[in-house]
Amino acid sequence: MPTRKNRRIDRAELRTRLRPSATFSREVIAEIQRAADTGIYDIRGFGAKRRVPCFDDLLFLGASMSRYPLEGYREKCGTGVTLGTRYASKPLELKIPVTIAGMSFGALSGPAKEALGRGATLAGTSTTTGDGGMTPEEREHSELLVYQLLPSRYGMNPDDLRRADAIEIVVGQGAKPGGGGMLLGQKISARVAGMRDLPEGIDQRSACRHPDWTGPDDLKIKIRELREITNWEKPIYIKIGAARTFYDTTLAVKAGADVVVLDGMQGGTAATQDVFIEHVGIPTLPALRQAVEALQEMDMHRKVQLVVSGGIRSGADVAKALAMGADAVSIGVAALIALGDNAPAFEDEYNALGSSAGYYDDWHEGRDPVGISTQDDDLAARFDPELGGRRLANYLNVLTLETQTLARANGKSHVHNLEPEDLVALTIEAAAMAGVPLAGTGWIPGRGTF
Amino acid sequence: MTQVFDLAANSTRELNQTLQRANGGSAIEQWRVVNPNGAHNLAVGLDAPSRVEIEGHVGYYCAGMNKYAHIVVHGNAGPGLAENMMSGLVRVTGSASQYAGATAHGGLLVIEGDASSRCGISMKGVDIVVQGAVGHMSAFMAQSGRLVVCGDAGEALGDSLYEARLYVRGNVAGLGADCVEKSMKDKHKREVEQLLAEAGISGVDGAEFRRFGSARELYNFKVDNAHAY
Repeated sequence: MPTRKNRRIDRAELRTRLRPSATFSREVIAEIQRAADTGIYDIRGFGAKRRVPCFDDLLFLGASMSRYPLEGYREKCGTGVTLGTRYASKPLELKIPVTIAGMSFGALSGPAKEALGRGATLAGTSTTTGDGGMTPEEREHSELLVYQLLPSRYGMNPDDLRRADAIEIVVGQGAKPGGGGMLLGQKISARVAGMRDLPEGIDQRSACRHPDWTGPDDLKIKIRELREITNWEKPIYIKIGAARTFYDTTLAVKAGADVVVLDGMQGGTAATQDVFIEHVGIPTLPALRQAVEALQEMDMHRKVQLVVSGGIRSGADVAKALAMGADAVSIGVAALIALGDNAPAFEDEYNALGSSAGYYDDWHEGRDPVGISTQDDDLAARFDPELGGRRLANYLNVLTLETQTLARANGKSHVHNLEPEDLVALTIEAAAMAGVPLAGTGWIPGRGTF
Repeated sequence: MTQVFDLAANSTRELNQTLQRANGGSAIEQWRVVNPNGAHNLAVGLDAPSRVEIEGHVGYYCAGMNKYAHIVVHGNAGPGLAENMMSGLVRVTGSASQYAGATAHGGLLVIEGDASSRCGISMKGVDIVVQGAVGHMSAFMAQSGRLVVCGDAGEALGDSLYEARLYVRGNVAGLGADCVEKSMKDKHKREVEQLLAEAGISGVDGAEFRRFGSARELYNFKVDNAHAY
């Protein structure tokens, strides 16, 4: 009988004999080794990768004896959304309840920004600028463009404010509530630097706090200033990262928002510390419920519109978010994937960067082989904005069709008629977070007995 | 001919609509605004070379995002004076609260009294001349433009500074991260004197100022710089 020491061990046997540590998983071990090698934390793009309770943990009940369904292919199911009805004289009229989230020129290439505008316009919805200002190409190709007012105020000017269709004051981001940003020097081309009034090639820090207001009372005055400058025409959104969502939503409404944009922790980022992405903020699911409760308590639900982002991938996610009380959703990472990010056709080039299609998240490095998250002219030239725009429009159309399918199945003639009563949860956690019953019961944890 | 606008009888909305009617035009309108009583958001979003004199104290964001206009406040100003100004002139005969000239891209901001904390925060090309002192964290993350302080500067002047140039005549309580004192050459003396002249401040010698700027050590993120934060 061979001894333990000299016996030849084949790979299959090895897999059955070695015991991985739940505490020190292979990913954890690799991160410790990486940290020891480099002495610096990991910065990356994308959103949270950990599993959190999400819309996958909810199901629609559909129609049966007690609910009357609509014919799936023939009967009308409206998808239009109006954003900014509270104070703005020119609210945004969207044909679909899905918008494109703010992503900067700088983080993304010019052609990628153009494609987002083209795709959103084809689908009848809005797109959003980002840190770094508004480019003429983006304005030209976006029928409806939301202009972000961020702490850095890079590129901010009154002409673009007036050219915008809505203004979004960014207080926080789901991937990093409480965090600022960093655009690394390798992405600071002459044009990006010029738009931001900074030298070429240096890292550009985006502050985490606004420079001229500190709390909701100040913000209320700031919002009135923006309204005065834009003749009270533009809807003013306040974007918050999901954290203390009930109170943050309440304060956003108090400060005078027309629209609250709520970004859950699964929301994407161009460049943030991994530890921040994975460990700060709460998931979209409980944050959405808290925001709706805050609006309802103030009798402002549907008067101040709620746009939700952070991990929206499918029409099922859209429909569930609307059923929980959102007026619309916003997509960022999913939109980039629709454009071509992480496409398998570039597998060899992803491998050369030490990654693989489906895993690539080093968006901050500016070496994206697809030409989306880069400022390298040669890489950016690979990306066809017209094709990218059509792909995004296709994807948005699929999201809308899927949302309508689920709405009709629940007997709704408009996607906004979806309601929490159409939903059940698969897990106790999701039931508690979403405020809908555990499937097969009437039990909502925290609200009465089983 | 100077027209008078009475804020005791009309709203801020009416004032801004009235002043903004000249936006985009080249006609020089002259306005005298009375009874401001500390109101917020006065004379914001102007986009023409108008002349506006405000007789009294103003609240938040007076002259915000100004382009081309010359706006004079005969009194003190609240937070965010001339925030994000693009061009033109804003002058306050009294003192200004926090964040005066925040993120402003161009033009000249003159504060004849003192300016509070974070004066010139994230300034992006504006020139700011303060006849008195400035508070702590002034010129925080200032990107470009020039800040001239005839009095003292508070703690953490120029923290995380980029390419803005800072001149201080009085004492500096402390410098922020990556802000260092630099030599004052003749061209800098001339620069200060030119800015003082544009601001209408006489009797101050440019040679009495010290110059501060970025050491440019923190321009690219390096782990070796972690101690600086």
